[in-house]
Amino acid sequence: MHRFLRHHYLSDMQREFTVKILAFLFFMAPLFGMAQHELNGKGAEVGKDDKRSSIKEFINHHLLDSYDFTLYTVDEENNEHVSLPLPVILWDGGLKVFSSSKFHHGEEVAEVNGDFYKLYHNKIYKTDAQGALEFDDHHHPTNAKPLDFSITKNVVTMLLVSILMFLLFRGLAKSYSKNSGIPTGIGRFFEPLVVFVRDEIAIPNIGEKKYKKYMSFLLTIFFFIWFLNLLGMTPLGVNVTGNIAVTFGLALLTFLITTFTANKNYWGHIFWMPGVPKLMKIVLAPIELLGVFIKPFSLMIRLYANMTAGHVVIMSIIGLMFLFKNWIGSSLSFSLAFALSLLELLVAALQAYIFTMLSALYFGMANEEHHDDH
Amino acid sequence: MEKLLDQFSYGLFFWQLLILVVLVLVLKKYAWKPILNAVNDREEGIKNALASAEEARKEMQNLQADNEKLLQEARAEREAMIKEAREVKEKMIADAKGEAQTQADKIIKQAQQTIESEKQAAVAELKNQVASLSVEIAEKVVKSELSSNDKQLKLVDDMLEEVTLN
Repeated sequence: MHRFLRHHYLSDMQREFTVKILAFLFFMAPLFGMAQHELNGKGAEVGKDDKRSSIKEFINHHLLDSYDFTLYTVDEENNEHVSLPLPVILWDGGLKVFSSSKFHHGEEVAEVNGDFYKLYHNKIYKTDAQGALEFDDHHHPTNAKPLDFSITKNVVTMLLVSILMFLLFRGLAKSYSKNSGIPTGIGRFFEPLVVFVRDEIAIPNIGEKKYKKYMSFLLTIFFFIWFLNLLGMTPLGVNVTGNIAVTFGLALLTFLITTFTANKNYWGHIFWMPGVPKLMKIVLAPIELLGVFIKPFSLMIRLYANMTAGHVVIMSIIGLMFLFKNWIGSSLSFSLAFALSLLELLVAALQAYIFTMLSALYFGMANEEHHDDH
Repeated sequence: MEKLLDQFSYGLFFWQLLILVVLVLVLKKYAWKPILNAVNDREEGIKNALASAEEARKEMQNLQADNEKLLQEARAEREAMIKEAREVKEKMIADAKGEAQTQADKIIKQAQQTIESEKQAAVAELKNQVASLSVEIAEKVVKSELSSNDKQLKLVDDMLEEVTLN
């Protein structure tokens, strides 16, 4: 981890200076803000509330998956965006494939072979030709939801990352034979990371004997999560690792691999804890069994929560820039957003590391040999 | 929690799982295995190279020690040889001296013996000569002494006189 820390932290002097500036701006900002209130009066207040809710909506929208890859918005009022339409794949009494451009960002009802579908709050519902939705007491639509296997923005991003990883590491693998065992180009940067995963994550947690069969999974999820986290920081506005379905999938794989490669000793520790009284064994069994599920569950929630929180905080601070609308407040927001982006850059690597590290730890537990000393 | 469940998209979950599993399998075959093997091979190679370097160093040290030992041995041998040579030389000199001494002694002894025998021979010769000379002289004396009656008588008288004195 030192490597990341060293990269992203400024030197002490610079940091001190930055902190001073930020503190100054922070204490001065309310004064400027107040002054503006008095000048602009009530009209500005209303406009601000409007903007505030629109920013909130924008953040919420950004956090979710989407049926098309929106690059930027041309005209917000007329709902005009420059975006890449993606294929929508539905199973509703037969396979239905159509372009997401048919929805017009939720404005219109898509008609496919006589069936009508409407996009509402990022979900596809089956409707009539007018696109009427019926709501229950909790304001949830009661319309039927077809099975949805659409290639969404997140799926496209994952595919892109997969291709990138394949090209990158295939290139690295090939460069060895070409250059007599020494990587060339960008592989020089990635090879130490591969070795880091092996020497600092896999071997210490799983052990010298059995780490090899887990290496492919550990390396893949490490780079997969890291690249997706980093992509989440680009203005493309993807939030893959901050999606619960994705982190669930990742955690599920860790859980399955742990469960199916576990040895007798592991199950023994869960159902019949050695070295404790019989009554305790009976009490401990359900707790330990619960732990088996809680471990991957915590993996899922940790990654999801960290990435989501990071996105919300950064986007909120960027949103503040538009709310302040004065040079000092906006520059304060900018500095804060910049500092937090650096922090998020660290978090992106850190979360990939933690996920991989804990997965390796669980694999290690599943493979622990019997010890007589407890 | 309810919101989370509401957000949960089965389609996305399906695709994510599919993509990840395929990605793991594909990368395993085309990337991770070759990469890890290459890294392993390289590490093994470095380890071997280091070990052989260490071995070479040790061998070098051994060789040096051997050389030193050989040198020492050679030096000791030289020393011994010189010492031996000196001893031989001294012995030879001593022997030669002894030999010369005995030879000299022998020669001297022989010479002395020769001288002695020569001397004895000479003395014997001299004695013989003296004896013959004495006999000749005695003959001549006797001849002259006994040439007249008077003288013969006188001699007898003298001799008789001597006898009475005894």
